[in-house]
Amino acid sequence: MAASVAQPRLLPSGDSAVTVEFSRDIDDAANGRVLALDRNLAAAQIAGVTETVPTYRSLLVHYDPVQIGFGALGEQLLTLAQRPDPAAARTRRWRIPVAYGGEHGIDLDDVAKALDATPDEIVRRHVAGDYRVAMIGFTPGWSYLSGLDKFLHMPRRQNPRVLTPAGTISIGGVQTGIQCIAGPSGWHLLGRTAVRTYQLHRDPIFLLEPGDTVSFTPVDAKTFAEQDRAAEAGEFVAELVAA
Amino acid sequence: MSKLIVSSIGPASSVQDGGRPGSQRYGLTPSGAMDRLALAAANTLVGNEPFAAAVEIGPFGASFTARCSAVRIALSGASRSADIAGRTMALDTSATLADGETLTLGFAKGGSFSYLAIEGGIAGEPMFGSLAVNARAGLGSPYPRPLQNGDELQVHPASGAAERRIELPERPDAPIRILFGPQDDEFSEDSKKLFLDSEWKISATSDRMGYRLEGPVIKHLHGHNIVSDGTVNGSIQVPGNGQPIVLMPDRGTSGGYPKIATVISADFGRFAQVSAGHSFQFKAVTMAEAQAEARKFTELLRTLPDRLRMLESLDLNLEALSAANVAGHAVNAVDAATWQVAESATS
Repeated sequence: MAASVAQPRLLPSGDSAVTVEFSRDIDDAANGRVLALDRNLAAAQIAGVTETVPTYRSLLVHYDPVQIGFGALGEQLLTLAQRPDPAAARTRRWRIPVAYGGEHGIDLDDVAKALDATPDEIVRRHVAGDYRVAMIGFTPGWSYLSGLDKFLHMPRRQNPRVLTPAGTISIGGVQTGIQCIAGPSGWHLLGRTAVRTYQLHRDPIFLLEPGDTVSFTPVDAKTFAEQDRAAEAGEFVAELVAA
Repeated sequence: MSKLIVSSIGPASSVQDGGRPGSQRYGLTPSGAMDRLALAAANTLVGNEPFAAAVEIGPFGASFTARCSAVRIALSGASRSADIAGRTMALDTSATLADGETLTLGFAKGGSFSYLAIEGGIAGEPMFGSLAVNARAGLGSPYPRPLQNGDELQVHPASGAAERRIELPERPDAPIRILFGPQDDEFSEDSKKLFLDSEWKISATSDRMGYRLEGPVIKHLHGHNIVSDGTVNGSIQVPGNGQPIVLMPDRGTSGGYPKIATVISADFGRFAQVSAGHSFQFKAVTMAEAQAEARKFTELLRTLPDRLRMLESLDLNLEALSAANVAGHAVNAVDAATWQVAESATS
């Protein structure tokens, strides 16, 4: 067993859920511990634990208070939080095609201007990134990725857009993300992918898992259109390069 | 199959059931009934599983017509007028619509949501084990959207079973109980006291995602942005304007505003029924109290069938009814409807 590390905080989220908080900030190490606890908790199969929701800095654990109380569950969670990550060595790695700029990434030129770089430089840096799915949330399949190049960190838009397209690849703050269904966003739109991280009537319905690693490959608009048709028909389009 | 035609319906009405928990880690919100006790009561009245799909009816009126055969229904939740071809239908009872008959529901008076359960449930294609509507994710069956005039629900013909009523415990007009957390340390003791001591109203802009509260401004200690973390039904988040939002079953699975407190699970349905403009207060309880209440609530749900009673006004017909059942004849729907006519004529 690894040397004892700082204990997370157990924050009650009502009588049927507890937030196990490792950090107050976006922190890669904290996210690693969140994902480790998530895997260790799944393996422990504690009666009464019904569902878990990993986020950047905490693990939300839903439970049935008829089967297990806050105190007893909390003790077990603190014990499990000390265990090393059982799955760190065999993470899934996805390669995701992106059509950058133009109609697919309407903010690319503005981002380049704001960061005093060329659009090509922005794309080059975004493609060079090695990302981890830190959490999935907000709307189905919205995958928040950590590991964004510091050069690309920039504040979110002053005026969030009410509607941004499905498949949008964007940056906001210290994060980048894959948006699956059309919806509001205050992030900067760099491109679009044909990959559906959420698609009904496909197996699996959700493509990415928290903890998966992701890299991006640039494609042209024509390829995007072809991939979009294939994805609509149920193909992953994303390439699983390691598992 | 028979049909229940949605002859007329207002906004905020949709097919709901126990929801689809289990995929919140992928950003999929669980949805499901706003008031689970009322859903379970309505389903129990017609012999369904407690969290089978039913029609959740918002504050406005609605009407439903049986087609192809008689259809047996039950109503629970918000009180409102209910009428079948001139016969009054009481809340928390079952009734049978003869083929072609229409159930007419008035505006909600006490509460916001009523549940119309149909014997045998509603036919549909479950996604993630649920028919519950989640329009944003394109989920819900038979329609992945709120119900509209003219929609048709495929249902089972009435079995002819005797009509029932269900005796539910009185819901107190008491403060909504909360547990502080998970981010109550983002608020001063004064802010927490103000939160508890104030009268709150539900804003008219509330929906199945969240109930916006109107009252005094609750100030943050360190600003209103936190790094997003997971949400639950009843999470009370406080955005920048200091007016809390209580997250409801169609909530985002994560949120970036500090959450001062959480409505306890046993009070969630009662909170969901607080109507827009109505004043209420919060009351803090301990984890031990909240979990004891959660266990009591689960026990109440489990023992709902023990609370079923024959409709008293049918007492005179009980003999005929049981004779029909003992004799092995399914009581046919026309008879069931006739009994109701006879009953309303004698009462």
